[in-house]
Amino acid sequence: MTAGTANWSFTQDDFTAITESLKRFLGETNSRCALLVDRSGQLVTTVGESLSLDTTAFATLTAADYSANDQLAKLVGENDFSSLFHQGEKESIYVADIARRLLLVIIFDSRTTVGLVRLRMKAEIEELTLLVDRVFSRGRSGAAPPGLLKGADDEIDKLFNW
Amino acid sequence: MSMINYASREINCKIVYYGPGLGGKTTNLEHVYGKVKPETRGKLISLATETERTLFFDFLPVDLGTIRGFKTRFHLYTVPGQVYYNASRKLILKNVDGLVFVGDSQAERMEANLESMQNLYDNMSEYGYDLTQMPFVIQYNKRDLPNAAPIEDLQAALNPGWEVEEPTKRRVTPDPYHAGENLIEQLPGGEWVERAPYFEAIAVQGDGVFDTLKAVSKLVLKALA
Repeated sequence: MTAGTANWSFTQDDFTAITESLKRFLGETNSRCALLVDRSGQLVTTVGESLSLDTTAFATLTAADYSANDQLAKLVGENDFSSLFHQGEKESIYVADIARRLLLVIIFDSRTTVGLVRLRMKAEIEELTLLVDRVFSRGRSGAAPPGLLKGADDEIDKLFNW
Repeated sequence: MSMINYASREINCKIVYYGPGLGGKTTNLEHVYGKVKPETRGKLISLATETERTLFFDFLPVDLGTIRGFKTRFHLYTVPGQVYYNASRKLILKNVDGLVFVGDSQAERMEANLESMQNLYDNMSEYGYDLTQMPFVIQYNKRDLPNAAPIEDLQAALNPGWEVEEPTKRRVTPDPYHAGENLIEQLPGGEWVERAPYFEAIAVQGDGVFDTLKAVSKLVLKALA
């Protein structure tokens, strides 16, 4: 049994590689925006059009939505439902799992189709899986997080002087 | 699972408020929401029934300040307290960094408190997490009610302590929040025990709400250090 949950960290290089990949995907599918969210609901990054939505709340609800669907899958005897699609009158969202660690959310409108998004998604998932595996394998090897808060006890104490 | 994002220079952590139904978990979050500056918090999201009982969770993101150039962003969640919502309650615990157990001080809610605490241990252990090794604090809420049980009774029932196995941790550690009490101590029988820090609260008035939040967030950040 572990003491708690594992920690992980994103470097600037990870961020650049992921952003480039997502930009290409958005261009190929003519989608509006991509959000990368971790399974606990924390937003990793957004790429594409800046939509006027509360991305923090959006990320949390996506993770909750996906987790609930995961459990629904188990109840009907499936390991998981690998993606989720919510269709709206104008905007739709497509959510897919990346390496059981992250969720990729694509927001798109009538300028494209769910078929095209789904078609291109497979290759995108494979590409992101490789990038994400790199982040997590580094975490497991103990190289990250690089002791960012080591010796910061005083600073932490000061933070709570309110 | 705290996440350090070097690109946006943020440390993200997840704190879950757990406890029996109607114990005051949502009230804790509502008080935090009402008191912190609007620019340091996001929206309070409630997935609740039409009678305002939590159905899935409440969620509030708050920024608690900057350390070493990184914004410390805490995501506060509550779980639905009612017994039959265990499936959704368990989902919220996934990847948690710190826990607050909000107990209901009323004597007649003791059994509900105990059941919820047991359920917390069970759900955590199903994920492979050891609650005794994690940032964990207990809040005894509703201290103003005439039927509130004495703190000693609540402590004995809900926070009796767990055995300290690691020899290096076996030293008397005073409770920084209660003079004359210890978080780690040796019992007369010779056994070393550790208890979770506890706080008394009247969440509807805000008493004890920030003390609890501060204590658990501090433990979470120190666990990262």
